[in-house]
Amino acid sequence: MTPRVLKQGQFLIASLPDALTDSGWRGLRDLLMEQVGKHRSLGAVIDVSGMEVMDSYATRLLEGIARMLSLRGAACVVVGISPGVAFAMTRLGLRLSTADTALDLDDGLELLSRRVREKRPHVR
Amino acid sequence: MSADRVVVRHEADIISARQSARGLAATLGFSESDLILIATAISEVARNMVEYAHGGEIALRALQEGSRRGLEIVARDEGPGIADLQLAMQDGYSTGHSLGLGLPGARRLMDEFQIDSRLGAGTTVVMRKWVLG
Repeated sequence: MTPRVLKQGQFLIASLPDALTDSGWRGLRDLLMEQVGKHRSLGAVIDVSGMEVMDSYATRLLEGIARMLSLRGAACVVVGISPGVAFAMTRLGLRLSTADTALDLDDGLELLSRRVREKRPHVR
Repeated sequence: MSADRVVVRHEADIISARQSARGLAATLGFSESDLILIATAISEVARNMVEYAHGGEIALRALQEGSRRGLEIVARDEGPGIADLQLAMQDGYSTGHSLGLGLPGARRLMDEFQIDSRLGAGTTVVMRKWVLG
């Protein structure tokens, strides 16, 4: 039930389990903050495809993490919101205002690359 | 299993309550997207109990009305109660650190929603969802 963070090139990939406790969310946040500095990552993909529920609490924490990543200079893309979770979030009136979203990991990494090129045209 | 009871005191209990409801709802024939709506509604209500009422209890029950099947969720706490229910049911109203979507959000996820609260005595939320025929 703990999130995993892997380094892939200049990006980080965080995979979330089916459910996260509050301490699990704090762990994810601290891990991402630490790894982004350690690897000088330019962005992170947060994969929530395993999560069975994204309630208002989880959404708020995810928004906070995305905002913190952006303050550290890293772009953030949330991927893997299932049709059912998207439906429930819409009914709840939830939006992810601080993070980009993409369908899956591949699209998420591609979007991050694009964001990095926009921000730092001199970096390949 | 057609009824279940979950004590919700700590935040880890929110996940247990969610999983119990999802498990029971799955046996009643709800669609996958309804299972997610139910689990999300439980999550919002249970979070409120932990945050504002020092916990409570969630009772789950299968419903049968003629050929109609459904799930009833009764969330009861003995917390401080809600002073202004009308205000608490407004989107974006929060006395804590949440988005204020908990109760009004849960109402939008379920088919039926009733709330009863007495200051100093606690709050009871009854929610029902029916399987689409």
